[in-house]
Amino acid sequence: MAQNPFPLGKDELLKAYRTMRTIREFEERLHVDFAKGDIPGFVHLYAGEEACATGIMMHLNDNDRIASTHRGHGHCIAKGVDVHAMMAEIYGRSTGACRGKGGSMHIADLSKGMMGANGILGAGAPLICGAALAAKVRGDRGVGITFVGDGASNQGTFLESLNLAAVWNLPVVFVVENNGYAESTAMEWAVSCDSYVDRATGFGMPGVTVDGTDFFAVYEAAGEIIRRARDGGGPALLECNMVRFYGHFEGDAQTYRAKGELEAIRATRDCLTILSERVIEAGVIGRDELQTIDREVNALIEDAVRAAKAAPLPVAEDLLRDVYVSY
Amino acid sequence: MSRKISMKQAINEALDLEMRRDPTVIVMGEDIVGGTGAQGEDDAWGGVLGVTKGLYAKHGNRLMDTPLSESAYIGAAVGAAACGLRPVAELMFLDFMGVCFDQIFNQAAKFRYMFGGKAETPVVIRGMVGAGFRAAAQHSQMLTPLFTHIPGLKVVCPSNAYDAKGLLIQSIRDNDPVIFCEHKNLYGLECEVPAESYAIPFGEANVLRDGDDVTIVSYGLTVHRAMEAATALAKDGTEAEVIDLRTLSPIDWDTIVESVERTGRLVVVDEAHPRCNLATDIAAFVGQNAFGALKAGIQMVTAPHTPVPFAPSLEDLYVPSADSIASAVKRTLSPKGARSIAA
Ligand SMILES: Cc1ncc(C[n+]2csc(CCOP(=O)(O)OP(=O)(O)O)c2C)c(N)n1
Ligand SMILES: [Mg+2]
Repeated sequence: MAQNPFPLGKDELLKAYRTMRTIREFEERLHVDFAKGDIPGFVHLYAGEEACATGIMMHLNDNDRIASTHRGHGHCIAKGVDVHAMMAEIYGRSTGACRGKGGSMHIADLSKGMMGANGILGAGAPLICGAALAAKVRGDRGVGITFVGDGASNQGTFLESLNLAAVWNLPVVFVVENNGYAESTAMEWAVSCDSYVDRATGFGMPGVTVDGTDFFAVYEAAGEIIRRARDGGGPALLECNMVRFYGHFEGDAQTYRAKGELEAIRATRDCLTILSERVIEAGVIGRDELQTIDREVNALIEDAVRAAKAAPLPVAEDLLRDVYVSY
Repeated sequence: MSRKISMKQAINEALDLEMRRDPTVIVMGEDIVGGTGAQGEDDAWGGVLGVTKGLYAKHGNRLMDTPLSESAYIGAAVGAAACGLRPVAELMFLDFMGVCFDQIFNQAAKFRYMFGGKAETPVVIRGMVGAGFRAAAQHSQMLTPLFTHIPGLKVVCPSNAYDAKGLLIQSIRDNDPVIFCEHKNLYGLECEVPAESYAIPFGEANVLRDGDDVTIVSYGLTVHRAMEAATALAKDGTEAEVIDLRTLSPIDWDTIVESVERTGRLVVVDEAHPRCNLATDIAAFVGQNAFGALKAGIQMVTAPHTPVPFAPSLEDLYVPSADSIASAVKRTLSPKGARSIAA
């Protein structure tokens, strides 16, 4: 077996691959089942963007907090939220991560440091400043990561949070997931500056841009700025350039894309293909080992769907439960 | 000429007609055209549910896509209105009001009064309201009571395509800020709508059904539930008068009071949460001004005091149903009606 040229050991590489594959399989299954009419509500898929969530979350533990977006399934899985509980949530079942109250756009698992997907753009940034403040006050070396899309990076809440985090020197990493579009609107049009690095500089913090389809690029850049934040060095911004494989939400015909664009990004910018080819080529992991993971993930998702469909629905008393702690 | 069109089409038509009539009308919002800056088709979305589709071909740059910055563009619409334009700003889901409320309630709503009657702010902020779409807690709210609470804002919530067209035209022509609430579960509902332009004045409720036994007042989606309940009650010989408020601020007190004075019984149905909403407002007004006419305690049917749940099994219990409205009517008719307490 060849020498490992990567910054992660074999077990960690296998773990990263499994996480990315799990996200992909989860999303592709939802794509199919949504089209069948099995799934209620809005569903925004993370397929194509797996390397970003995974490359970042590999540096975090349960004490670190993340604030996610409307496109949150990938963040959840990479942060360790139970796949069965997620699927049941999306199916509106009482066994769901939020007992069916939240749905796809609001999956949370506070015990894993996952502070929720979010239906309001930009809302995660102030919240993660609070999480980081709490970590700083407790002195527990926890960090906060907030994800924001290119579109939502134009929200006042996000921009104000950049300033606040810098002024308070908070252990926060602002991750801009730049997939080129906000719904149907191009990032190039909607974001006035040429580079997020400039934006970060303007707010007095370092900014880094990486190819978000390259797991290793994300992993290394994230590692450095997360370490810096943990050590009290303050906030930073990480832009991950990436691609989304499906519509803004399920049902989007995507006529705003150039002809051939989707085929091209699927052929050349699939983060899972890029990762597998690199580890196989380096001789560190065998194709059969990855295929074994694929089969296991497949079975896991299949079982999650089966369990979700069989799970009980929330009942009338649940409607009034949990509005307050006490009232 | 009139034909059957959906509420979605009626809103599109109102915008089109007013843009033709008045060059100061501009329309802005997130993806209301779609595909801006991208290489694919123009007018790729026409709004998240296609309400503004096709307007770009007719009016070009008077339809403006915006960055995802509600504070900035809603505020800009308010500012432009104060400077002579008539902007119609789409806020997609009115739940997003949370991020730009200052520009609406501290700015737009107050200019007229604060500046001693010297300002006019003819802005329309339109967007979706209401539950039943499986869109969960942050995309499903009926926040109308927040808006009616604010002096200076006018608040409109149509229940059908005909009213939506006439009320939106009136909203655009009106010289005050208007919050125009579109129930997402009514977009597909069709009715006869004239092709030509017409405006429905504010403050005029619509009596959808005459009846002498009980008055049911509502607005938006639950108007249809109230009509269903009335039809069911008629089979047992109870004739309900059903009033569709159409505009919530101003509100047509006269029509409500006149009806209650005749029927002696009132059921108010509101999809908003039960505290300090349109139902409590109307109940209080009638209690104060028509107490002598009441033969039974006023009944309120509302959503519960909870956020909107995602699970369909719960959301279906959340929105007031025809059954719950019919039961409320029966409570006003029972001998103990005068003392009954809403469930
Ligand atoms: C405050 C607010 N405004 C608008 C929306 C509607 N909306 C949901 S997702 C979205 C596009 C977000 O684009 P981006 O931030 O680039 O994230 P992506 O979907 O590409 O992951 C919009 C406009 C919202 N949910 N919240
Ligand atoms: Mg985007």
